[in-house]
Amino acid sequence: MAVACVLPFFLSNYHVFQASMVLSTAIALVGLNILTGYSGQISLGHGAFLAIGAYTTAILMDKFDVPYWATIPVAGLVCLVAGFLFGLPALKLEGHYLALATFALAVALPQLLKFRYLEPWTGGVQGIVIMKPDPPISSFMGLTLNSDRWLYFVALLVAALMYLVAWNLLRGRIGRALIAIRDQPTAAALMGIDTSLYKSLAFGVSALFTGVAGSLSAILVAFVAPDSFTVFLSITLMVGMVVGGLTSLPGALYGAAFVQFIPNLADQISKAAPWAIYGALLIVLMIVLPGGIAGGLNLLWSKVTNRTGALQ
Amino acid sequence: METFIHQIVAGIATGGVYASLALALVMIYQSTHHINFAQGEIAMFATYLAWTLINAGFPYWVAFFGTVILAFALGVLIQRVIIRPVENAPVLNVVVVFIGLLVILNSLAGWIFTYTIKSFPSPFPKEPPFGLSFISSHELGSIGVTIVLLVMLYSFFRFTPLGLAMRAAAQNPDSSRLVGIRVGWMLALGWGLAAVLGSIAGMMIAPIVFLEPNMMSGVLLYAFAAALVGGIDSPGGAVLGGFLVGILENLLGAYVIGTELKLSVALVLIVTVLTIRPAGLFGKVIVTRV
Amino acid sequence: MKKRHMIIGSVALLSATLLTPVLAQKKYDPGASDTEIKIGQTMPYSGPASAYGTIGKVQAAYFKQLNEQGGINGRKINFISLDDGYSPPKTVEMVRKLVEQEEVLVLLGTLGTPSNTAIHKYVNTKKVPHMFLATGASKWNDPKGHPWTIGFNPNYNSEGRLYGQEIVRTKPNAKIAVLFQNDDYGKDYYSGFKDGLGDKAKSMIVAEASYEVTDPTIDSQIVTLKGSGADTFFNITTPKFAAQAIRKVDDIGWKPTHYLNNVSASVGSVLKPAGLEKSVGLISMLYIKEGSDKRWDTDPTMNDFKALIKKYAPEVNPDDGNATYGYAVSQLMAHVLKQAGDNLTRENIMKIAASLKDHQIPMALPGVLANTAADDFALFQTMQLVRFDGSIWVPFGKPQSVR
Repeated sequence: MAVACVLPFFLSNYHVFQASMVLSTAIALVGLNILTGYSGQISLGHGAFLAIGAYTTAILMDKFDVPYWATIPVAGLVCLVAGFLFGLPALKLEGHYLALATFALAVALPQLLKFRYLEPWTGGVQGIVIMKPDPPISSFMGLTLNSDRWLYFVALLVAALMYLVAWNLLRGRIGRALIAIRDQPTAAALMGIDTSLYKSLAFGVSALFTGVAGSLSAILVAFVAPDSFTVFLSITLMVGMVVGGLTSLPGALYGAAFVQFIPNLADQISKAAPWAIYGALLIVLMIVLPGGIAGGLNLLWSKVTNRTGALQ
Repeated sequence: METFIHQIVAGIATGGVYASLALALVMIYQSTHHINFAQGEIAMFATYLAWTLINAGFPYWVAFFGTVILAFALGVLIQRVIIRPVENAPVLNVVVVFIGLLVILNSLAGWIFTYTIKSFPSPFPKEPPFGLSFISSHELGSIGVTIVLLVMLYSFFRFTPLGLAMRAAAQNPDSSRLVGIRVGWMLALGWGLAAVLGSIAGMMIAPIVFLEPNMMSGVLLYAFAAALVGGIDSPGGAVLGGFLVGILENLLGAYVIGTELKLSVALVLIVTVLTIRPAGLFGKVIVTRV
Repeated sequence: MKKRHMIIGSVALLSATLLTPVLAQKKYDPGASDTEIKIGQTMPYSGPASAYGTIGKVQAAYFKQLNEQGGINGRKINFISLDDGYSPPKTVEMVRKLVEQEEVLVLLGTLGTPSNTAIHKYVNTKKVPHMFLATGASKWNDPKGHPWTIGFNPNYNSEGRLYGQEIVRTKPNAKIAVLFQNDDYGKDYYSGFKDGLGDKAKSMIVAEASYEVTDPTIDSQIVTLKGSGADTFFNITTPKFAAQAIRKVDDIGWKPTHYLNNVSASVGSVLKPAGLEKSVGLISMLYIKEGSDKRWDTDPTMNDFKALIKKYAPEVNPDDGNATYGYAVSQLMAHVLKQAGDNLTRENIMKIAASLKDHQIPMALPGVLANTAADDFALFQTMQLVRFDGSIWVPFGKPQSVR
């Protein structure tokens, strides 16, 4: 954590920007993990909640002059409601069918954002350009704070907060209920857990997290447009979550870093077919590290600690 | 009224496109219980192989059957090399592998063949059938091919011992092994056959939409919807689903909501259908025991 | 007499001492040096718009060849083109990398309206020349608000207006159907078109239909449009869908006066796949030479171009409109850089780009001249209507001025 705090002063503004994006994606992945990892519900449409969160922030900032930090909780709340409402009917579906319904959501949302009657609000195909916020104080203890660095700290704070919320949630009764629903849904129902309520709640909460992430990303990029939220984004989220490690909160960070940096790396390796490299890497990772990066690290850690234990 | 019939027929034509890919999706599901997101890209890649053969001078039907054989080999290869290592992994890991495969095939096709559209020949005559102007001979022919494949697929799974073995291997691999079924090869066979179906779908679709690496991405969504709405384990349902989706898409766009909200309405419809009949229109309802 | 000699002598000496330093002065902004000039670009090499990646490939080949021939004023061009997958957040990330990490001198030909909108404010704040954008949106011509951005493509809005005005002139009782891609580009064309029709727009347009880039086909839309009884058709589609539309229109026996947007007017990559016989009678606008046009068989620029891609980018089809377009843009960039000489500051480069006078880009159609001024950054002031005769686009009428 201490490393995270001093990082922006050692990196160029561009890298700070990238780091902030990773933090924002990590929040979304935590949200997705709550839904998929812990409650076992698949969603191929979480990009839609990134979009709703981002657009909420953009519209509030652009049309209503709401300060950027105030839009973040609003975006979260809007997505909580949207997620819950979508979850109510959708979560009657299982497995593939839920995947299809969420996939359809991801596909339909960009078109909805472009709809001409919503254009006065959403900016239609042109999107909305936001003003990048300036830091409230230009320096702190002798270190200069520019816009990028300030936003990094905002992202860090929000990420830490959301992480704590998730950790608390999953540790307690709700977390146990979700895991029960995931592993043995019929038994859970028999034990008196209102499965559909919990599942819809899980969906809503995961949407909340993703909405917050979307809101942050809108502030960072300072622009929202329907083209930013394609189906591929939803798929990328899911890939990030699995690669990072299901049911692992640190996994969200690894997964976010993966989807942010690996495509750039692949581009440097092969200009001709960078996505082929990316795809190959995905497949290799899944074969070699079925528990994702977090799973792999856990395995490594246990091997190391076992070995030191045996040495005694 | 005439336009209405045009729209229905046009819908059946595009529906045929969805139905053919949906059939490949069902094939892979029935033999492996996985929905292969990379199916569209395998089909696209196979079609490029066909294009290469045709460009090299081979007559259409030689290229067609050559591609079918190559596609089968490709499918089997993918299963043996890429899918087998993650066979027992959680569903999501397998999904990520599919996505990796999708991305690899798409990227390779773009690299080798470039992204410019190419026209792909049709084996059917150029003149419209019976003088009708709103459906081409090719579209009608493709629908015919899809239906023939459907019948073949259905009979294969229902009436042949091999088909039974494949279904068993997918549904209950452990018990199947106990009765002597070579589960590994059943899965490979399933992939091979699905690739074949996909390649035929691609060769039927390409003349309509033009061959390019992203040709199947739009189709995949609708095929996915069609397969699920029709029932993922019912080939007939999937094909019917394909036609339904095609007709509905056209009618919605033309009469109900205009083309600007087509997808949102489709979404609402899908969710509604699945809420009423969670296993799809013709699928089997799965009962889970605790 | 001695005084006169003294005066002349001192004047000569003075001018010599004053002029020489000015002539020998080299001025560099980040990205320029004695040996190299760095040019940055984002291009969709992957994703739904990847067909446009050809543009970047041709440009990379152009600069590579230029380097082998000695570069520009002795400096090599370091052309860094990054993939943004047509996703605005990715564009922002890549452009920040180019500007802040790679420290390029200028950005060239960044593609896509949403992608460029995302970085519009950033590059102008950072004062990095944002040059010759690969998009025809009208908002790039804004010297007052965004003095560092200069477009290239003739304005979509103006082109639409051109067709609208042409219809009012030649077929005032036309019943028009419009097919448009549901995004910035499609809507820009459509709104210009409606402006061109003026008050009669509402009464003349009897049907419209849109499609998404993710749609597999637009056959259903064509059927709907034909059913409206329209006798004129404005086709605002990108290459793949344009080919589908041209073919379908012919297949269902609809014979409207068919206006096709310039973006999809390439004979090689659109009309040929659709069917040359089916494309007879199409009306469009052209400003760049086409590879398949026999008129240019002996044209030195065309031959240079074909030799270039044969050697450096053999997978590119010379008939692809994107390829000749990319070539034209790189020619203009090379011209501007050459004019800058040793004064490679961003300010100077923008100044040169904003003061083009009747400049004939070799790959542009003869007579289509580039003209810019401090208050008007639109490169091409006139547009030429063309009609397809089955093998080439034939100009008709005079080039019309568009504002």
